[in-house]
Amino acid sequence: MAEKPRIKMPKEAKRGEIIQIKTLVAHVMESGQRKDQSGNTIPRKIINTFVCSFNGAPVFACDLETSIAANPYLQFAVRVEQSGVFAFRWVDDDGTFITAEENIVVS
Amino acid sequence: MRSWSRRQALKAGAGATAAVLALPQALRAVPAEVAAEIAKFTGGKAFSEGLITIDVPEIAENGNTVPLSIAVDSPMTANDYIAELRVLADGNPRPGIASFRFTPQCGRAEAATRIRLAGSQTLSAVAKTSDGRVFLARKQVKVTIGGCGG
Repeated sequence: MAEKPRIKMPKEAKRGEIIQIKTLVAHVMESGQRKDQSGNTIPRKIINTFVCSFNGAPVFACDLETSIAANPYLQFAVRVEQSGVFAFRWVDDDGTFITAEENIVVS
Repeated sequence: MRSWSRRQALKAGAGATAAVLALPQALRAVPAEVAAEIAKFTGGKAFSEGLITIDVPEIAENGNTVPLSIAVDSPMTANDYIAELRVLADGNPRPGIASFRFTPQCGRAEAATRIRLAGSQTLSAVAKTSDGRVFLARKQVKVTIGGCGG
């Protein structure tokens, strides 16, 4: 199984604070443009969607295409109003998910 | 002679690890495709300039991974927020790079990632607000060694 995604975000924040969330997931992001030694095209296989939800509600999402670099790095902002759980999901072209969760305490 | 500089780059050991054939010029996205994507995004609506800041190196040494950061100026309230931001490239095999979907809960409409650039080209970013206004910004990037597998 692939290594766990890496999430960098504060564990605590003040109510109303806008935090930065940095995510990194290991993935080859095969664009479908490369050819192997025999000249056959290596099929496309990328993470095509990322969703960040907070306490069950989607906050930030993106559709990724073949020009996103391998091991996709995504950074975005969220304004936190309450404590809870961030859930992150990366969707592969083949329909499988990679997921991660992080808690935050907001006071 | 773009293909010659790619072969030189491959000989220098940089670029993709697999054996790679040079990408023919004809397979690159062209500005017309980007224009078509923009028209699809705006629905034909006229766009304004401003609000969007594209942060990308003027010269990218390695086209395999180029840091890109985009911010769109917006109060990000329930009544006035950036709903969608689409990034396009006019010199990659395909024009689409990513689409970012924000909610007011983001607090700020900004995102950063790392992208592949096949060669020097112009990036376009189009943003749509919650009330349907559209904005456009462009930025040129010079790429020393291309990184799209070509």
